[in-house]
Amino acid sequence: MIPTHYYLFLGTALFTIGVIGVLTRRNVIVILMSIELILNAVNINLVAFSRYFQSVDGQVFAIFVITDAAAEAAVGLGLIIALFRNKETVNADEIDLLKW
Amino acid sequence: MLAQIAFFFLSTVALVSAVMVITRRNAVHSIIWLIVTLFSVGGVFLTLHAEFLFAVQVILYVGGIMVLFLFVVMLVNLDVSLKQAQFRRHWWVALVTAVALMAELAYGIYRGGEGFALAHAAAMPLGGGNTQAVGLVLYQDYLLAVEIASLLLLVAMVGAVIMAKRKIE
Repeated sequence: MIPTHYYLFLGTALFTIGVIGVLTRRNVIVILMSIELILNAVNINLVAFSRYFQSVDGQVFAIFVITDAAAEAAVGLGLIIALFRNKETVNADEIDLLKW
Repeated sequence: MLAQIAFFFLSTVALVSAVMVITRRNAVHSIIWLIVTLFSVGGVFLTLHAEFLFAVQVILYVGGIMVLFLFVVMLVNLDVSLKQAQFRRHWWVALVTAVALMAELAYGIYRGGEGFALAHAAAMPLGGGNTQAVGLVLYQDYLLAVEIASLLLLVAMVGAVIMAKRKIE
């Protein structure tokens, strides 16, 4: 059997890649995709612990996380379309009206 | 042995394609690589005997959310941003910080990892398969949470329509 902490290492690595994507990319769509990567890392952890504790509660929470991801993608992409219509850009560092 | 080969293969594919997601210049390529990542994460769910979540991952994530992403990328004109710099100016600060974070987390898991060896090799204790077990827990113990999640989806749907509408009167 594969030890549970291997799954935790995989989740950590995926989470870090997602964080790097959120912090370094300028394209808003790629930032949203990096958030999906982070949510998937969380799901791996939840399912690994659900297996570890022999209970399906973790999988149920993973389903709720996927629900959140769907809602976040819908609203986020709607925001991107509205932003692009108004500012003609998808770069996160040019959308700084609320800054200072 | 076969399970370990499958796990290492799937996690390698997931990590490599995740790196491709955040480094590609073209957003459409990023989406294709993200689909590869999501499929391999679904495979990792299969190695954990979470068959229902694998199906949800493929149908909802790959079939639903990624198609939504593709639609938006096609709607938004990305030709201008293709020629611009893809990373922020101080990207190396973020890189160093994130790698330090990963090192801390990995060190913590490494120190505590001995206690995480899988307790039993047996399958899920409930009979009738994974889907039945998940469904029973979902609709008995977490009924209120399901209702709240459905309300959240409704609000998100209305919000997406309002956001993407051409003009708000």
